[in-house]
Order: sequence, then structure tokens, then C-alpha cells
Amino acid sequence: MVKVRIWGGLRIHTHGEAEVEVEAQDLRGVVAALGQKYPEMKPALDSGVSLSIDGRLYTNRWFEKVRPDSEVVVLPRIVGG
Amino acid sequence: MALHVKTNVNGDAAEFLCEPDETLLDALRDRLGLTGTKEGCGTGDCGACSVILDGRLVCSCLVLAAEAEGRSVRTIEGMAKGDELTTLQRKFLEHAALQCGVCTPGFLVAAEELLRRNDNPTEEQVRYWLAGNLCRCTGYDKIVRAVLDAAKDMREHAHA
Amino acid sequence: MPKDIATRTFKQVGTRPLRPDGIEKVTGRARFGADFSMPGMLTGRILRSPHAHARILKIDTSAAEALPGVKAVVTARDFPETDDGLHDIRMNVMAREKALYDGHAVAAVAAVSPAVAKEALKLIRVDYEVLPHVTDVDEAMKPSAPVLHQHIFTANESPAAKRPSNVAGKYEFGHGDPEAGFRKADHVIARSFKVEAAHQGYIEPHACVANVTADGQGDLWCCTQGHFMVRAISAGLNGMDLSKLRVTASEIGGGFGGKTTVYIEPVAVALSRKAGKPVKIVMTRDEVFRATGPTHSASIDVKIGATKDGRITGAFAELRYQGGAFPGSLADMGAMAAFACYDLENVRTIGWDVVTNRPKLAAYRAPSAPAICFAVESVIDELARTIGMDPIDFRLKNAAREGTLSSYGPTYQAIGLEATLRALKAHPHYKAPLKPGQGRGVACGFWFNFGGQTCVSLNIGLDGTVALSVGTPDIGGSRASMSLMVAEELGIPYEKVRCIIADTASLGYNDVTDGSRVTFSTGLATIQAARNAIKVMCARAAATWGIPEDAVEWVDGHARPTGPNAGNFEPLSLADIAAQSHQTGGPIAGHCEVTAEGAGVSFGAHLADVEVDRETGAVKVLRYTVAQDAGKAVHPAYVEGQYQGGAVQGIGWALNEEYIYGHDGRLQNAGFLDYRIPVCSDLPMIDTLILEIPNPGHPYGVRGVGETPIVPPMATIGNAIAAATGVRMTHAPMSPPRILKALTENQAGT
Repeated sequence: MVKVRIWGGLRIHTHGEAEVEVEAQDLRGVVAALGQKYPEMKPALDSGVSLSIDGRLYTNRWFEKVRPDSEVVVLPRIVGG
Repeated sequence: MALHVKTNVNGDAAEFLCEPDETLLDALRDRLGLTGTKEGCGTGDCGACSVILDGRLVCSCLVLAAEAEGRSVRTIEGMAKGDELTTLQRKFLEHAALQCGVCTPGFLVAAEELLRRNDNPTEEQVRYWLAGNLCRCTGYDKIVRAVLDAAKDMREHAHA
Repeated sequence: MPKDIATRTFKQVGTRPLRPDGIEKVTGRARFGADFSMPGMLTGRILRSPHAHARILKIDTSAAEALPGVKAVVTARDFPETDDGLHDIRMNVMAREKALYDGHAVAAVAAVSPAVAKEALKLIRVDYEVLPHVTDVDEAMKPSAPVLHQHIFTANESPAAKRPSNVAGKYEFGHGDPEAGFRKADHVIARSFKVEAAHQGYIEPHACVANVTADGQGDLWCCTQGHFMVRAISAGLNGMDLSKLRVTASEIGGGFGGKTTVYIEPVAVALSRKAGKPVKIVMTRDEVFRATGPTHSASIDVKIGATKDGRITGAFAELRYQGGAFPGSLADMGAMAAFACYDLENVRTIGWDVVTNRPKLAAYRAPSAPAICFAVESVIDELARTIGMDPIDFRLKNAAREGTLSSYGPTYQAIGLEATLRALKAHPHYKAPLKPGQGRGVACGFWFNFGGQTCVSLNIGLDGTVALSVGTPDIGGSRASMSLMVAEELGIPYEKVRCIIADTASLGYNDVTDGSRVTFSTGLATIQAARNAIKVMCARAAATWGIPEDAVEWVDGHARPTGPNAGNFEPLSLADIAAQSHQTGGPIAGHCEVTAEGAGVSFGAHLADVEVDRETGAVKVLRYTVAQDAGKAVHPAYVEGQYQGGAVQGIGWALNEEYIYGHDGRLQNAGFLDYRIPVCSDLPMIDTLILEIPNPGHPYGVRGVGETPIVPPMATIGNAIAAATGVRMTHAPMSPPRILKALTENQAGT
């Protein structure tokens, strides 16, 4: 199981929980598991999110590994200029 | 009704047909293929289209093409001699005084005219002379340094 | 992290060679967007709405079509709606049922000359039903405001929104309990701020040439930060196959985020296909201001509490950002960036994404961060003054560092905030004397940075020179940086490398040049491609010598046996191996396709001295210093250039730049005369301090540097004005009329 921290806006879909646990081995797994566990969250997840894994930012790398002790944070998709 | 204009551009005779309301900038770019002179605003506010018309620094977007009749125009294309850059052009490269480079032709034309009039300008004089040329990338720091360094180099060579 | 980053010594990276595209840029030969032409080319022009908000009842193009010399006219009908995720951009490129802002495109023509095209626009008849409009963010959030879109219901709100509104979404971040934090504080300061919208202000207007044939194949030349993005959207909106549209990026005359989307390109494609001829569209400056860019405008509340010994106990910020007529004001990014500089036990931020009748926001250098930084750093400054603490010491006492749980969620790895603050404090500027009427301000800022999809190709010529093709447009000297990295890795002179920006048919997909990503991610891919080419060259040397591949290593531009046991062979240079390549297995190339991620976050701290003219309200910047962590500065001159340019853009926003709307909802200052960006005589030299704290996510330790420099200036200048006058400005830009008003009110109050 991996602990996943959810940014505030999405917490209405986790009954207010700031941190949830999901079964996942990589970035894709985290997003898929969240969508399965919290179907109302799926549109937000599908429209694009970034994940911070141990303090580094990932947006498009499905197979980036997460370990049970990884710090995983779901964030809105980061954009830049 | 198109007008027939005979002029001199960078030391060579040039002629073109243009509309009465056409700007010198458009004629240079679209009639003569001299696209080194840039349009940033079309209203004389940015200086990207700076050229020298009979020894006077002007925004070519504010000059009618027909006004070039019988006069001489100097553009960025006339600056380097063959593959030999001018001191000013060289200093712009050495000081990394350009990032995107779209304002660079206008800055070079304007700065060259400054140094022709004043071979030893102060930083303040450089800054006020170039205040009609907008650069959005550099914050002007390296441009001012390049112009001051070019002036120094040119003075040393003139006296050598 | 590769162990050698911190200790590695570089031979070429970190030097300042001349840029490879320099000569053509100082001689006027570089070809920018508007410099490209084709035989038989038509002029395209766009008709724009004069109304801020209006229903389009009917568009009659028959008179324009009948005008001799007009070859094509297009409207929204030519961009049929499909369920492809391009809804908003399709509607922005060409208005459909409604015109949503002053300047919104409603039709376009292609004609044999600019004069005919202009005449044709006048002949297009559009029947509008003018609707009530709203351009201010606070007004747009009121229940009584005219609603732009019936399909927008506030996202992430509980209970779920039942009525459509202009509020597209709510975003919350933070941890702990700010209210409990405020109760523990000795001083709590709460302030409200407004920041007006700014434009990216690139000197080169958008320009493109499209040449499309009836079978759906074509070429497009344009100035853009991402030609693969242009291809995807232009092909998508025109129903073309991706691979049949080849997009070539011209030289780009500035972007700063403003050229990370499309406006005219899909229109030129549609016109060209309809006319059966090449079509060129060049925007006027008026069009650039009215219909492209700008940033959000913002309304912000900030509340921060601290103990009398200078520890922050609680922090709260609420951000209301409008991003024009479509969702995406980046209030979420702003809410994340708000307190990213600080180590806080109790912090909460709320961002509201609001739509108004203004042009659709485009990214601008660390998009969302400057406005919230202005608000937060102003209150931080005021707290430091109230407590009586040095403003840098106050920040250092609360600064985020390695291991800090950030206000937006993740825990930081090694970061450079403390180092930049200490560098500023130690700088002579910080101790230099000030005259009466002058003031000094400091502020720090943050930006995320990211990586993205990248594909490069490196080809070694028979003569031992190297051609590198990258797919990220060069917006500030990146070809020089890429060439340096190739030279470093291969061990050959910088002059032997030529880097070009390849078209969309020549490389795999590359994300846009944005997010300060190019030196980081294209650099990472370039280094990998060079390493792949080295592998091939070592194999060729091994085969030539008849020894195993793993008995060959690459040192200083040569393949050589790993040791005496491997065999006694004269090292082969890159040129030697290249010269024999046609006989040893064919061309030698290195490629890299990667989604470069793991870019490190970036921090900077700025210091400014200003003088305020109490009679006119004008502010003169006397001295300015930027300190920022670059990880590793590949070409320091262009890193300095990013710091200086970003700082000056921030100074412009701080003092002058703003979108001004009239009561009619029209933009009042759509030109460089009235939208005043900084000029040479406004400014001092901009001093830079480049710190190098290696980024563990990059082989050379590189961090993106392009965006962070625009974040702190507004706050830095505001704090300096407060120091000079004793008046706290809460509305930016801090233009002469606003300062004069604040000074007068302050005098009246005391």
C-alpha cells in the first residue's frame, strides 16, 4: 500500500481525508487506483494531474515507481511559461 | 495607383512600385526583400524598424515609402562589410546582448548612429538615446555594456 | 544522483562562447515569423469583435466573397465542433455563438493584397446582440454578474454547485490549522491586494505562413514556443492527419509563455486549404494586445501571524484570479506557490478560477506566481518591520529547506532558498548607504519548473563534425547551451557542433519550450544522445582493433583501450572514427527519446533600491540585484540574461504595465505607447548572483532558470517603496497615479 496525499480541492471526493492508501506500484497505478476507489474524482484525474514522488515532479511517466515508503502527492497539472 | 520610387539603399540604387499609403518599412520588407528591419508595433513605439534616412534615425513604419524618393536609406543589411562585422555587431555577440534577437537590428542601427555623433557616450547618454528601442528579453543591461564597450574599442582603434 | 555531479570539473560547460545563431541575428539575416514568404502567397486578415460580450446572430460574408481579389473567407462554420478535447481553443480561435471579449476573432479572409484583405473585412456583416459584460474578477464572482458560459459549474465545491456561474473551480492547499496558529501569534497582519493583468509583450507579433493542398497535406511556418503543439492543434481543428501537416518553427522574437498556444495558425491552414494557395497572417500590435496573452488579474487576501521573536505561526491566503473568457486562470498554481518559500506548521490557501470577458490567459513566465508573491511578500515585509527584525533574517528564520513539508504538499529535497538569501545579505548592495527619500526592499520567490517529452537526434559527419537536431524552439540562446553539452560530452571543440531546430517531420514529439525546461530536458536528452553515439563509436573502435567492446572507453574525444590488458592501440579520435564510418558499419548517430521529469524546484531572492518622487508619484529604480540557484550554469551569460530579463519584466509589471478596460468592456491601451514596458532609460544595471547547487535530477546538475526571476520583483519594489515612503502599496502596478493617491491619503490620515 502507498500513502497518497490529496490536494484540498479533491478532498471532497475522499470524505475529507487528506491522505488515503492505495495499492499501486507506479504512477499509473496510483492514478488508476484513486479513480477506482473514488469514482467522483475520476474527471479531475482524467483532465490531468501531476504527481510529486519524493519531492520530484512527474506528469507523464506512467511507469515511474512508487515504493510503500514513497511520499506521493497528487497535485493539479503544473504548467509553465 | 502605384507609385514608382527611385532611391538608394545601403549604397546601391534601388527602385520599387508602392501604394501611396505604403510605409517605408513595408516597401523595404515586401518590395525589396530586406527583412532585417522588423515590425514590432507599426506605430513608432518600439524602434524595431529603425533605419537611417539621409543621416537621420527614423522609425521606418512612420515614413511613407514614397518619401524615400531621391534619398538614401541605411538598414541593418548595410552594416557588415562582406563577412566582416562592425565593432558594434561584434560587441553585441561578445556581450550576449541579444536573446531572441528580433529587436537587435533596430538597436544596432540606433546605436551606430549614436556612436557616429558621440564617440564617448556616458551610460546615461546610451540609455536615453536607446530609450526608443524596446527589448523585452535582456533588461537592457548587456545591450548598454555592449554599446559602451564598442565605443571604447572604436576610440582606441581611432587613436591607434 | 550520479556521484560525479558535485565534484565534476567541466572543460566547456560553464564557459561563454559566442552563440551559433549570433551572426545571422546581428546582420538581419535571421528569419523570424513574418520574414517568410512564398510565391503566389495571399494575405490573411482577421475580423474581430468590437464588443466585450455579444451573441452572434448572423454572419454574412457574401459581399466580401464577391470582392475581386478575395480568395477565401472562413468563420466558425469552417471549424466544426467535435469531441476532441479542443473545445475551448477552437472557440477561442474563432467565436461561435458568442463573442466573449473585445478582439475575439469572428471571421477571416485571404486576398491578393493587404489592401484587398482590409477592404474585405469591412464587407463582412456581423449581426450582434450585445450582452452585459464583466471584466473585473470580484464583480464576476457576484451572483448578479452576467454569466459567460451555461456549462460552467464551480468544480471541487461542496455541496456541488447547482447553478452555472463564472467561478470555474476552487482549489485548496495546506496543512495544520491557521486559526490556531494566529491565536499563538503576537502579531497578525491581514491585507487585501489587487494586481492588474500584464501582457508578455514579446516584440515580435504572431506570424505564420500556411501552404495546404486540397488532399489535406501541408506545411506551416510560424513563430512559436512549440511547433509540435501547433501541429497538434492546427491539424486537430482542421480535421487533418497529424503527420500530413509539417510545422517548421521560425526564429522566435520573444514568447515568455505567450507563444505556447495558437491563435492564427489554424486559421491560416483553413484559409490556405480553401483558397488553394499559401496564406500569410501577421498580427498587428493592436491584435496582439486585444486577442493574445495576457496574464490573469488578481484579487488576493493574505493573513500571516508571527511571534515577537520572528517565527511564523499561521498563514492564510485566498486568491481570486480571472483568466479571461475560459477556465484556466492558474489560481491553482498561485495557491500552490503562495507560501512555497516558508516552513510553516499551519498554512492554508484557497484559489478561485474565474472567467470574465477578457482574452484567454496565456502563460507568462512562472504563470500565477508574481501576483501572489507580491501579496505574501508584502505582508512578510510588514511583519518583519512590526517585529523589528531584519527582513532577510526574518525570512531565513522561516525559510523552507531540505526536509520541509511544503505548503502545497511535497517535502523538499535539497533547495537553494537559504543560500540565495544569505548571498544577498552578504552582498555589498545590502549594506550600501541610502539617501533620504530612498528605500530598499527585498523579497524571495519560487517556481516549480518541469521537464516533459523530448526527442533529439545527433548525427556525426564523415569529417568529424556533429549536427544536433532538437525540437524545442530556441528562445534565449539554447542552441549555444546544447552545443556546449555536446562538445563537453564528446570531447570536441564547441565550433565542431551545429545545433538546429528541426521540423515536426524530422523528430518525434517534443513538448513546448516552457516551464524553464529546455536546458534541463533537451539538455538531458542531448547528453544521452551523445552518450549513445559514444557507445557506437567505441564499438566501431573495438571492431577495428579486434577487441571486445567493453575493452574500449571514451576519454577526451578519443576511443582508447581501457588498459594495457585490452591491447596496445593508438587512441582513435572522433574524427578518425567518423572518417572510417562508411566502412565500419555506416553512419554514426545518437538518439534520445525521453519524458524528462524530476526537474528541481527553483528559488530566487531580489534586492532593490528605489527613489520615490513625492510630487509625481514616479518611482526610479536605483539599484537591483538578483540571486538565484541555477543548479549548474551551462552558459553563464545567458543565465544572467534570464535573471536580468525576468527581473526587468517584473519591474515593468510592478511600476507600469496593466490592462485597462473601459466601462464598455473594451481594452483602452492596446499599444506600446499606452501599455508601457520598461525602456532603457528607466533602469540601472541589473546585478546577478548565480548560485550553483546541483539538481540531482540532471546529469550536469542543471536547474531551469527562466521563470523564477519574474516572481519577486513586484514585491521587492513594493517593499522598497514602503521603506522609502512609509506607505504600503496594495494595488499593482504601482503606477504614478496610484502612488500619488496613496501618498496623499497617507498625509491626510496623519
